[in-house]
This record gives sequence, structure tokens and C-alpha cells, in this order.
Amino acid sequence: MPLSREEVEHVALLARLYLSEEEKEAYTRQLNAILEYMEKLNALDTEGVEPTAHVLPLRNVFREDVVKPGLPREKALEGAPATREGQFEVPKVV
Amino acid sequence: MEKGGFKSLELFYLSAHEAARLLKNKEISAVELTREILKRIEEVEDKVKAFVTLTPEKALEQAKAVDEARARGENLGPLAGVPMALKDNLCTEGIRTTCSSKMLENWIPPYDAFVVRRLKEAGAILVGKCNMDEFAMGSSTENSRFFPTRNPWDLERVPGGSSGGSAAAVAAGEAFFALGSDTGGSIRQPASFCGVVGLKPTYGRVSRYGLVAFASSLDQIGPLTRDVTDCALVLQVIAGHDPLDSTSADLPVPDYLAALRQDIKGLKIGVPKEYFGPGMDREVVSVVRQAIDRLSDLGAFCEETSLPHTEYALPAYYLVAPAEASSNLARYDGVAYGFRLPGKDVVDMYMKTRREGFGPEVKRRIMLGTYALSAGYYDAYYLKALKVRTLIRRDFDQAFEKYDVLVTPTSPTVAFRLGERVGDPLAMYMSDLCTIPVNMAGLPAISIPCGFAQGLPVGLQIIAKPFDEETLFRVAYTFEQATGSFRRWPEIGGVA
Repeated sequence: MPLSREEVEHVALLARLYLSEEEKEAYTRQLNAILEYMEKLNALDTEGVEPTAHVLPLRNVFREDVVKPGLPREKALEGAPATREGQFEVPKVV
Repeated sequence: MEKGGFKSLELFYLSAHEAARLLKNKEISAVELTREILKRIEEVEDKVKAFVTLTPEKALEQAKAVDEARARGENLGPLAGVPMALKDNLCTEGIRTTCSSKMLENWIPPYDAFVVRRLKEAGAILVGKCNMDEFAMGSSTENSRFFPTRNPWDLERVPGGSSGGSAAAVAAGEAFFALGSDTGGSIRQPASFCGVVGLKPTYGRVSRYGLVAFASSLDQIGPLTRDVTDCALVLQVIAGHDPLDSTSADLPVPDYLAALRQDIKGLKIGVPKEYFGPGMDREVVSVVRQAIDRLSDLGAFCEETSLPHTEYALPAYYLVAPAEASSNLARYDGVAYGFRLPGKDVVDMYMKTRREGFGPEVKRRIMLGTYALSAGYYDAYYLKALKVRTLIRRDFDQAFEKYDVLVTPTSPTVAFRLGERVGDPLAMYMSDLCTIPVNMAGLPAISIPCGFAQGLPVGLQIIAKPFDEETLFRVAYTFEQATGSFRRWPEIGGVA
């Protein structure tokens, strides 16, 4: 199923990526080439095959609900581009 | 005709275990050894460009601390005083960790990765953080946002990727060992291109806590070393359960050094034919087949076998890995850390930040992954790929009912030229043909140097059952000791 330019623009929005016109051109082409290669997979009959999301037979790795020390606030804020009153500062959200 | 040749061993080309022995016997101090390495780095680094960040002052401080502790008669770790390098996607507290991306160009982690902490406890000395393909996406290190690393065997060629800097540093004598990460072959393929040993442990063997995530069901950290003994030594230090990584296996860690025996008599080795077909360089195949004959001479029973779903591994991987990456890289939004461009509102900020912060290959994979997971396409692409993954794993499970290990070439070719594949993403992806199925199945695999083709190193890949790194080491060690393939180092642009 070939990818249209509109679909590329929609995906870019979902991925929160502004793309230039050249990038939209290039990605439409490249993604289509890659997706065409993926068509191979349709040749395989996977009826009744369980998907493997994870190779280890791990389930629900829990621990006791006991408070343990975490990253201190100052450390968490250290790498931030902008902070105010002990919080991350961002442009308006709504 | 090989480039370089057998050389008398310079200090910087000793193995890590030999260096550790000299240090323990006080034949050299940690400070002296570190100075040698720093001198070596000064000599060759502007040609090789393996490092994003060098930490000479910190290294000498650490070395001094080791020497003082040794003088006090303290019990020191197995790697005490041995200089190492770390791929730049491993968090090092207080030391810039960039993932070779503009997004994290100035980011300083507030904590150490689990493996970093373990290596510190073992006394290893950090000389620097290694260049990589941006966010570990690539097979040549040309996707580094900063500069490409060069292959020490031929400076016009790539070192492989994404752990290209780590492999090049070890091959060039700039560190005694390094850590890399492997999602689709990113330790093994550069190891193969640079003529060093590279191991991807079983998924879950080594904690991923502090490894910047690319594809969470595929990523593993592993050693790049000059010989198999070093590889076992480093894995011994970094393996084990970590409560901070809920995907790490709660299984005991065996004594890997005890597995280093020269004995493969009666071992059953499967040779999957799908790894020797079209798309594989003829000379590479020939060199690998000679290596397999050598394994037979050493007493193993080698037989052709088949992993019928092999050709589907690459397309399935290029759906699963980008899908997981699109999720993992959603956190880079300019809010809490890393690069930020201002915006008129928060979404505008995200979109500008991500447009500028990520390079083209990263954006390409995020786009691919987002598409594969989006409404209407999830079943056709991502879910389908996960079912194919089951079939790939089953092929291996069935093969391992009959064989102890499987052997293949590590990569279809030797190191290609810089710029050769940059314009063709699919051609670049093909470089991981032999390594990807292993990640999809979560198995352990090692690449060891087994010869040369067109004057460049060729790697032999050995694949074992889950958590059977011991057999990997035994086979690799036996081969290495019998062939002496590890005692060969490059001439770096005329500097021996």
C-alpha cells in the first residue's frame, strides 16, 4: 500500500515532527521503498501464530509497594532548558 | 594480502587481562598505563575519531586512586586500573552523554548506568565516550550528528555501527576494552569490521538501566575486546539481575572464565545455509567456510542446517525496531532535558525541537514506526511483524534441539567505504542481514575475527542457546587459541 504525501504529513504530525518540503518528498519516496520491501512479510502465513512482543517469559514484574528513595528534585531539574519554582517551565499548553 | 601484520606487542595492544596482571604484580602503575593510553589517543585519535568526549583528567584521577588503594593493600576488582571506553548512549554521571545527537549534545546524566557502576566497582578507568550512529540507529557510524569514525584498518572505510567508535577505539589501541550496545547487530558488525571480539549477551542477561533506549525488546549492552578472555572477564563484571530493569533476568551468573577451555570435541555445530546465499560477498563466505573447517579439525561436528524464515527477519525488524523507537524517542520534546527550541505553544516547541534535534535517519525511523503503529495499520504491520518474530524464534529453537551452537558470517561484506551507502537506506540495512535474526530471537551471539578478505577483517558469528554464553566462550576461545587470529593490529595511516 503506497504511502501518499498526505499520509506522510499526518504521520509527521503524530510524531510531532515539522518536515520541510524536501523532507516530505524524500520521506514519501524512502518510506515507500522500505514498505515495499516489507510486503515480503505478506507472503508468510501467520494464521494462528502468537505474536512475540517479548522474548523472555517474564510476567508482571512487581515489587512491594514500599517507598524507596528516587532521584532528588534538584538533580531532576539540572538538565532542564528552563525551570521555575522547582518545576519545568514550558510555553503555554492550552 | 593483509594490511598491517603481526607486530611485537606495544603496551596499548596488550589484552585487558594481561594489563590487569601487570598492574596487580605492580610491574606498572595505573597512572603509567593510563598515560600510555592517553599518549596513544593523542597519536591516532585525529585520524580515527572514535571519541565524542575524552576524559583525561578524570582518568588520571581514577588511576591515582587505584594506585593508592593498591599501595594500601586493599582488595581491588578484576579490572582495577585498566583503561576502558564506553559507547555514548551509556549514562555516566557528571559526564556528557550525547548518543551522538544534537538532541543530547549538552546533556549530563544525573546517574550512572548499572553497567557503568559495576565497571567502576571493578576499578576500570574511563578514558572517554565513544562515537556512534545517532541514537544507535545505523550500521556505519556515519549517522553520528558530529562526525564519522574511521576504520583503523583503512581510514577511508567505515568502522561499522552503531558501536563504531567503541570498536575502533579497541582496534586502534585507544582503550583496552569498550562497551557497546546491540539492537540489530550494533556490537557484532563493527567488531567484525574492525577485527575485534564483540558479544551480544542473551536478552535480559545485562541490565539496560542507564542505556538510552532505542528498541526495548531488542537492546542489549555488551563488550568489545581484543580477545575472548577479556570478553568473558567484562561480561562477568556487567552481567546479572537488576531490580531497576524489570526486563533483566533473575538468573544466577555462571563463572564465565571457567568456560574458557580449549575443547570442542563432539560439539554439534549447525551451519544455516540461508546465511551463505546471494547477497553475501564470495570472499567473506570463503574465509568463513575455512574457519568452519578449522572448527571441524578441532573436533566439532559441523553440519549444514536451515533456518527457513531467515529472509523475513530483516523486514520484520524494520517494523518492530522503529515502532519501539518511535515510542522511546517520544520523550525528546525539549521539556525536561536536552535540546529545546522555543515555540509559540508547547506543541510548536515539540515540533521545532524534534525537527532540529534529530538527524535524518532517526526521523526516518520515527516516521516508519509511527506509521506502523498508527490506527488502521497496526495489525498489517506491527502485529504481523511480531508474529513473524515467533516464527524466527521457533526456527532457532528447533535448530537448538539438534545443535549446540550455530555459526555464520557476522556480516555479508567487509567494511565498506565512507559515503558508499549513505544515500540508500535499504542497502545500509542489508549490512545487518546476519545479525538481526539473533536480536529478534533474543539469543546470545559473539563475533570473533577469523581472517581477512580484500585486506580487511572478517568476523565469524557464533550463536548459542539462551543464557548459554559459556558455550559461546568455549567455542570462540578454542578457535582463537588454535589460530592466533587476535594477534594482528592495524597500521593507522602509517602510524604503527
